[in-house]
Amino acid sequence: MSMFHTLGRNILNNIQGVGQASIMLAQALVGKPQPRKMLPLLIRQLYVVGVQSMLIILISGLFIGMVLGLQGFTILVDFGAEQALGPMVALSLLRELGPVVTALLFAGRAGSALTAEIGLMRATEQLSSLEMMAVDPLRRVVAPRFWAGVISMPLLALMFNAVGIYGGFTVGVQWLGVDDGAFWSVMQSSVHWQDDIMNGVIKSVVFAVVVTWVALFKGYTATPTSPGISAATTQTVVYSSLAVLGLDFVLTAIMFG
Amino acid sequence: MTTRTMELMVGVFAAAAIAALLFLALQVANTSDSTRGETYTLIAKFDNIGGLKVRSPVKVGGVVVGRVSAIRLEGDYYEPVVEMQISTRYNRFPETSTASILTSGIIGEQYIGLEPGFIDDFIEILGDGGEIPNTNSAMVLENLIGQFLFSQGEK
Repeated sequence: MSMFHTLGRNILNNIQGVGQASIMLAQALVGKPQPRKMLPLLIRQLYVVGVQSMLIILISGLFIGMVLGLQGFTILVDFGAEQALGPMVALSLLRELGPVVTALLFAGRAGSALTAEIGLMRATEQLSSLEMMAVDPLRRVVAPRFWAGVISMPLLALMFNAVGIYGGFTVGVQWLGVDDGAFWSVMQSSVHWQDDIMNGVIKSVVFAVVVTWVALFKGYTATPTSPGISAATTQTVVYSSLAVLGLDFVLTAIMFG
Repeated sequence: MTTRTMELMVGVFAAAAIAALLFLALQVANTSDSTRGETYTLIAKFDNIGGLKVRSPVKVGGVVVGRVSAIRLEGDYYEPVVEMQISTRYNRFPETSTASILTSGIIGEQYIGLEPGFIDDFIEILGDGGEIPNTNSAMVLENLIGQFLFSQGEK
């Protein structure tokens, strides 16, 4: 009996959490747009969330592309099909690895920082003082961070893809000796602009919304103590990574199924 | 960090992303496709289209001149009809042309091979929506084996 009790309570808590998170997001985003006030805040957050994540994204993209080139080559060369290295690297990056790995790295690099920052704002009562000054913390603190995350992750994913394909090219063509022309032309004939590149961008926009939303909600509702913020940061990374991987399967099934 | 440097870095960030998008668009995806730009439609009826798919290439002598845009069944006998978008640069296919479904390599993808026919005074040039009357269907391996076994049995 108590098992059902616990299950029911967990389900209700989860539904309540989703509802709270939706209300938080709606309150933060819906309202009169104030571009003059919001733009400087947005640019600051784009810097913190986007520009500072660039290095890790570029380096991991390069290495993932190089590893794909190396592993793909050793398998494809057995079948004498090493020209297929180009499409293999490009399609796996554009369709799956680019958006997913970017989202996972973004959750670890920027999502956790967002949660900790907002959680600490709550713990040190900065959010309450904003309210005392009649400034809505949702509009002032949450909204710019949300938009910054949603804007910067697709851009980061594009860079990840480009650098990754370049990494695959470096290893495949310049090191292992796949033919230069065949690498690009076979890639071009199998990569489709809308189906592959644009669907990848759509995927990363969806992941961006999920990761940033989870991070902001977990920070905003963190228990204002040291263990509370630490738990919230952990939850951000765990929940958003799981959500990204699960959603990726659903999106792949819809887009390429 | 002053606001100015921050704006500069965000600008660099956005520019890098646009550069990445351009790289993907120009170098990775196929934008110099002959099927971009102006196209016109040709249709052809086959008995069997084999593994032909939408977006399969249409080639003349190995050169891609267009792509398959739709495949459907038509008429009382459910005949497969293939619709192709051909670049308007190649708009002089006479009605004596032949369309065959061919395979690139042994296990490669299937494509439509167009062969322009002869032209004289009484032959019309196919316009938009024109039908190619002469077609050769896809080779289906099972049928070939079946015919082979059948011809062996007759001896």
